Amino acid sequence: MAVVKADLAACQGYANCVVGAEDVFDIDDDGIVVLLKTTIPDADRTRVEEAARSCPVSALVIEDD
Amino acid sequence: MARTVIVGASVGGVRTAQALRAAGYPGEIALIGDEDVPPYDKPPLSKALLAGTATLDSVGLLTAEAAAAAGIELVLGSPATRLDRKQHQVLLADGTAEPYDALVIATGARPRPSPWGTPRGVHVVRTLADARALAAALRAGGPLVVVGAGFIGAEVAATALGLGLDDVTVVDPMSVPLSRVLNPEVATIFGTLHAERGVSARFGVGVTDIREIPAGLEVGLDDGTVLPAATVVVGIGAVPNDDWLADSGIATEDGVLCDRFCRSVSDPHVWAVGDVSRWWHPGHGQTMRLEHWTNAVEQAVVVAHNITHPHELRSHAPVEYVWSDQYDWKIQLVGRTGGELAHVRVDGTNPHRSFAVLYSDESDRFVGALVVNWPKALITCRRVLTKTATEPAPVGQVHTLVENARPPARAAS
Repeated sequence: MAVVKADLAACQGYANCVVGAEDVFDIDDDGIVVLLKTTIPDADRTRVEEAARSCPVSALVIEDD
Repeated sequence: MARTVIVGASVGGVRTAQALRAAGYPGEIALIGDEDVPPYDKPPLSKALLAGTATLDSVGLLTAEAAAAAGIELVLGSPATRLDRKQHQVLLADGTAEPYDALVIATGARPRPSPWGTPRGVHVVRTLADARALAAALRAGGPLVVVGAGFIGAEVAATALGLGLDDVTVVDPMSVPLSRVLNPEVATIFGTLHAERGVSARFGVGVTDIREIPAGLEVGLDDGTVLPAATVVVGIGAVPNDDWLADSGIATEDGVLCDRFCRSVSDPHVWAVGDVSRWWHPGHGQTMRLEHWTNAVEQAVVVAHNITHPHELRSHAPVEYVWSDQYDWKIQLVGRTGGELAHVRVDGTNPHRSFAVLYSDESDRFVGALVVNWPKALITCRRVLTKTATEPAPVGQVHTLVENARPPARAAS
């Protein structure tokens, strides 16, 4: 298992993460990321890391649980 | 051991290296950058880095430690000058030869040079050194003249105003800003934005010359006006850095010509990512070259997959996405937009600053959108375009979805 962390102050609402993994990320009315889940099964990790790397302001990290 | 050489250490190159490791690439990876600084991200150069609210550290893409941990060899400070396909090697300016099994070209683009010369005080914005030089010049005060009302020009003007300059002029020969990506009726909104914020806009007027005078610079316009300037920024587009491939036999045509897999049409061991790549977009049925951050990142993932999975090649068929931050406005473009398409405007909660413009083709199918200060509308449009890439949705249906994405009005506080 891995955990997703979001830096809400850094988030600028570019929404690349939502396009990359919409089961994990959403955007609220103010354009700030919402984590739909915080723990990620190992099978999904590569895909969610790819979505995190698509963040233009590096607001997302995936860490070992 | 297999070895992949990536030429270009901006976002396309760095993300390709990282994606290769994520895809389980077992070989060596060398990442070549012509600048003598660790890889950094470019969008902040015309915004936060210019404003002084970001530093080189905060815009870094890959530290030496992270590169070492990922098994990525950083080769910095010397540009690639030649590709020798016979010997399977890239030659660098300092005489080094970098052998490869797979080569990824990610050399990006450079600013279209000023046709009016570059006397002292004339700047472009593409590299960290450019941004630092311009930041220092802006701190010495105005007047500032920005030539070109595209994204870079508009962002520089907005940032300069934020730094306290009170004499900022944007000049563009087109009658509206952002004319390459928006129809005039919509683009004029951004001309008004500049004017409202205090930037003097001279649209529909061309520059004839830039002269050095004892007090600084003078910018001559084709209506006879002469604008005094301490600093001039020229932001009139970019050209791909593909000239170093001239004698390599790799086909180029305003970018490295690639197939749908982002593989050179001339050599199956050579790939191209980012601003320098002109690849066949299977969804659009034509070659394209995009100068968008998100495209470089998505293309890097595709190329890394294709290098590591030669028997399961993936096409690159992205939905275009680009943003520009000007003043306190977030301007985002997704899919296809512009003059030849029908468009309909949908107002957000505060129509003066939040709205979406939906673009549709001759069959009323939704193909793209401009979204301003309205995050939920942006994500709605991106979702629809991503899911309907092969079978576009009727624009009326998307109109309803966007209407439903409007947040409730808030009580004034």
